[in-house]
Amino acid sequence: MTHHYREQIKNIASKYGNDRGYLMNIAHDIVNEFGYISDEMVSNLADVLNLPVVQVRDMISFYAFFPRKPLGKNVIRLCNAVIERMKGADEVGKAFEKALGISFGETTKDNLFTLLHTPCIGLSDQAPSALINKIPLTNLKPADVPQIISELKAGKDVSDLPQARVQLNLKKEGEVICAPLDSGTALRNALNMKPEEVIGEINKSRLRGRGGAGFPTAMKWDFCRKQKSPIRYLICNADEGEPGTFKDRVILTEYPDLVFEGMTIAGYAIGAKEGIMYLRGEYAYLLENLEKVLAKRRHLGLLGEHICGREDFNFDIRIQLGAGAYVCGEESALIESAEGKRGAPRDRPPFPVQKGYKGEPTSVNNVETLCCAARILEKGGEWFSKIGTKDSTGTKMLSVSGDCEHPGVYEVEYGITIENLLELVGAKDTQAVQVGGASGKCVAPKDFGRRISFEDLPTGGSIMIFGKNRDLLECMYQFVEFFVEESCGWCVPCRAGTTLLEKKFRQILDGKGTAQSLAELRRIAQTVKSMSRCGLGQTSANPVLTTIYDFADLYAEKIKEENGKLLTFDLQKAMKVGIEASGRTKEGVK
Amino acid sequence: MSKPVIATAHFTGCFGCHMSILDIDERILDLVELVEFNKSPINDIKNFTKPVDIGIIEGGISNDENAEILMEFRKHCKILVAIGACALTGGVPSMRNLVPLKECLEEAYLNGPTVKSENTGIIPNDPDIPVLLDRVYPCHEVVKIDYFLPGCPPSADTIWNALVALLKGEPLNLDYELIKYD
Ligand SMILES: Cc1cc2nc3c(=O)[nH]c(=O)nc-3n(C[C@H](O)[C@H](O)[C@H](O)COP(=O)(O)O)c2cc1C
Ligand code: SF4
Ligand code: SF4
Ligand code: FES
Repeated sequence: MTHHYREQIKNIASKYGNDRGYLMNIAHDIVNEFGYISDEMVSNLADVLNLPVVQVRDMISFYAFFPRKPLGKNVIRLCNAVIERMKGADEVGKAFEKALGISFGETTKDNLFTLLHTPCIGLSDQAPSALINKIPLTNLKPADVPQIISELKAGKDVSDLPQARVQLNLKKEGEVICAPLDSGTALRNALNMKPEEVIGEINKSRLRGRGGAGFPTAMKWDFCRKQKSPIRYLICNADEGEPGTFKDRVILTEYPDLVFEGMTIAGYAIGAKEGIMYLRGEYAYLLENLEKVLAKRRHLGLLGEHICGREDFNFDIRIQLGAGAYVCGEESALIESAEGKRGAPRDRPPFPVQKGYKGEPTSVNNVETLCCAARILEKGGEWFSKIGTKDSTGTKMLSVSGDCEHPGVYEVEYGITIENLLELVGAKDTQAVQVGGASGKCVAPKDFGRRISFEDLPTGGSIMIFGKNRDLLECMYQFVEFFVEESCGWCVPCRAGTTLLEKKFRQILDGKGTAQSLAELRRIAQTVKSMSRCGLGQTSANPVLTTIYDFADLYAEKIKEENGKLLTFDLQKAMKVGIEASGRTKEGVK
Repeated sequence: MSKPVIATAHFTGCFGCHMSILDIDERILDLVELVEFNKSPINDIKNFTKPVDIGIIEGGISNDENAEILMEFRKHCKILVAIGACALTGGVPSMRNLVPLKECLEEAYLNGPTVKSENTGIIPNDPDIPVLLDRVYPCHEVVKIDYFLPGCPPSADTIWNALVALLKGEPLNLDYELIKYD
């Protein structure tokens, strides 16, 4: 056995020139080959790459998609995020457990199946959903489960299952992203200008980043371009891990040419020769088509050497597959991961535009931002700046899920009110709208007049709708659970704080909290928000902080004060072991 | 005007915190002038005889008796102040929390090297002995505690200053030396 994998690991590593920078790819290949990557394989790999074992283990152990123990032949990852559970994921989960005779986290005795939970996989509009052997299954019902299992047992391919169908659900096409593009038009326009002029055009459009922070794109490119360095990199952030976001999936499926065109233009503008698309591991099934589009663009002279016949412009794109870690969407963590390391955020400054990928100036842009950039070079910054609002020009792709008639992706003009949006998607009796995912804001009906925009309610694209009958605080609790799971563990306020928050929240939801617990909850939330090192921790308390005032009644209902006695303390339970161990009969009788 | 009433309790601690209260030396005379003592090991009053303004708690909660008396204190005292590491965190006694209670008892009474011979030991089961809890709890996990004074023990000055501030309704300013422990 040992010798057998030694040889293969050596081959895999040499395929990547034994370069540690490709550790992600190497690990993916090893897991594809053996189904897991054991401690022994890690040591072996470290040997081959001439790295300390701990460094390799540190990296491997970080990612959900690099199991360190053998899993079953079929790995079922059922999404159990908030929206899924609203749509019956728990029942589907029970059906899987029943059909397989195992619980989540376990593997069947015959090693055929492993059952796991996973956070949002970008299919919230067709929940309940799962990835089986990386292939997405959607709109699952408990009744589907026995058949799925028996067909897999019979050796049928997952992709042949009737549930292995991802709907596009593109419900509203706008004029920026969802319009046809003649490949190369925008790029040729850009190449007719100087790089500075391209940045100038973007500046005219007042385009701001779509990934969450809303940083002006022209300024980012300009910073990057002005760094004194012969090498610069362009990275497209396709990690899309924010629960309830799936618009990048739709863009990558429907408009990959537009994305790559945007990347190439950005590469030209900042002076990069290499672009990387960091694609979340959950979207591995998109890889094949994306590679095809890249090959086609190379063939058309839109990528590679001497693009569009320009002697002085070479630019190519590689796709880096992630491995199931939300924090890798944060740009500096993403860069670490793309360098083949554990996806822990870096200290800033220096910012990625100063010292990014491999220490060189790097611009990280969201998928949608790059699409906008391409469209701007096609139609002009002036045209773009007239769409939307003053501080939020253009359109926004929204991923709408939850309690509404038409979940899916909507390209809307910036400035749309929540009210209008709810009407558009057919939502009635809405209790609350979560804008911007788990890390975003829970908006109460009194604020439904507010607008989707950077100046009012920003969102990376996630819109989750909670109907009147939902247990809103339970949903918020599940968001907090998500952050506990996804905290990278670097800094204490986030690593310990999210767990404290989760425990205190649970205590209150279980009706065991006092007014003091509520005050403590608020205090922990404030600390986590203000003391955490990166955006993950800083936003992880938002589910609490954005509901504790606007939905104060829901919290108040849970509080039962009992004269200073804490309801979390159960004396009878605490005495149980002592009574049993000493063989006393009557509980507590002296 | 009647004097403010104070009660004190000792749970699972070493009595060091109470010693520290007595360590206020001659100020004890001022204290007696200022306040009246109710239930406390200091005066050996066993039961509450009136409502209490300030309850001072030493020690963590390791058995049912501790828990019940602490709840009594909560009922009778307007303000509860936990003092010392044991009350605040469980302290030294809570080191047993690392080992399951059953194993602790078996080691102490059945299998330990100081148990005379095999099969003769028993785990004490007299109904008069309080029942040990599964772990030692800090006081704030059992009842609401209003104020915490850390230290092992908190120094006499810390306790004195805190008490005076509380009685006068003034903010508490403790010198750095009084709350520095390393
Ligand atoms: C925890 C965390 C997760 C993030 N996830 C994503 C993501 O999935 N996609 C994305 O584009 N940006 C994400 N971001 C924002 C990126 O750090 C970065 O700001 C963005 O990619 C910049 O691109 P833009 O200027 O085009 O918006 C995330 C940030 C944090 C703190
Ligand atoms: S805030 Fe959380 S995710 Fe960010 S560095 Fe700290 S531990 Fe890691
Ligand atoms: S805190 Fe220190 S002095 Fe006070 S009871 Fe505990 S061990 Fe004794
Ligand atoms: S795919 Fe499950 S919630 Fe998004």
